[in-house]
Amino acid sequence: MSARKFVLQRLTAALLAPLVLLHLGGIVWAVQGGLAAEDILARTRGSLALAAFYAVFACAAAVHAAIGVETVFREWTRLTARAAAWIAALFGVALALLGLRAVLAVTWG
Amino acid sequence: MTDRVIGEQERGDRLEVRVWRGNAHGAFQTFRVPRRDKQTVLDIVTHIQRHLDPTLAYRFACRVGMCGTCAMTVNGRPRWTCRTQARAVVHNGTPLVLEPLRSLPVIRDLVVDMAPFFDKWADARGRFVPRETQQAAGARAARNAEPEGAAQEPARAFARVAPESAERRAADAAIECINCAVCFGACDVVAWRADYLGPAALNRAWAAWNDVRDGARGAVLEAVAREGGCQTCHTHRSCAETCPVGLDPTWSIAGLKRALTRAVLKGDIA
Repeated sequence: MSARKFVLQRLTAALLAPLVLLHLGGIVWAVQGGLAAEDILARTRGSLALAAFYAVFACAAAVHAAIGVETVFREWTRLTARAAAWIAALFGVALALLGLRAVLAVTWG
Repeated sequence: MTDRVIGEQERGDRLEVRVWRGNAHGAFQTFRVPRRDKQTVLDIVTHIQRHLDPTLAYRFACRVGMCGTCAMTVNGRPRWTCRTQARAVVHNGTPLVLEPLRSLPVIRDLVVDMAPFFDKWADARGRFVPRETQQAAGARAARNAEPEGAAQEPARAFARVAPESAERRAADAAIECINCAVCFGACDVVAWRADYLGPAALNRAWAAWNDVRDGARGAVLEAVAREGGCQTCHTHRSCAETCPVGLDPTWSIAGLKRALTRAVLKGDIA
């Protein structure tokens, strides 16, 4: 990976670490009121704060994972550097889209 | 390759030794070697070459752990064989298995081509580039209230870095590498990525980066920031685990990663 991607992966890791802890803490707190879909959606619908939180989470995870997947391709397959970068970028875009779609669904769905 | 066990007919306590023969597409050959007290793995290889099969190719020089020439794979782990006692690696009658170092082209038997290893040293820009000439250092020392005539003495003309200073300790931490390539053979990332500079070259780059006398430290960082540079390391720590002289190349690489991160964030490296 390039030096820039290396730093980008480190920065997203630094961002994801507290987000993951907040996410896990939020789950522990949220299940106290029950695990029914209606209970969860009641909290997430219309919450811009939660939408922003999980949008940042999804984008950071997509960037972080895509760079990691590119490294895996380079080390474990015979893909060229360019092919590995493109496939990993597509994977990252797909991951971000899926994450953002889920954020939209639980906020405004 | 023959299935005949060489040395079988000799009497006494024997150690079974399986030795790689041929190039990358070779096979193991089994020998039986007399056990001796405080016998090193290099002693065993030498016994095979001198008494059982003179065609066996291997490499050694100093035999006292200074030159880094005799490294090979011993029971699956890279080691310096001149300082590895047989009793430390052979347990419960299991055979001793000797192979050439991993990740380097096999020339023949236990001899590998070290050229790719040293090419990577050059690629990591591990050579020293003086910040100032010896004459300039001497003149500067003279200006700094040295006794008259002191600058004329050759020993005083060298740039001096106090042994107890933080700069010197940082440079010293990575300096004692003997170029044995044990870390190179131990590293999985080296095995996976042909363009990875590897722990020894990066360790040397870290020493150069910490050398305040070096006039091209920026070039060091540029060299290790390229594709296959320090950021390729996965921190497996195999290099630190196997380094025969107790260096910690993983720590050196972590230092380069920190320096690289700062340089990228400051925009010094794209």
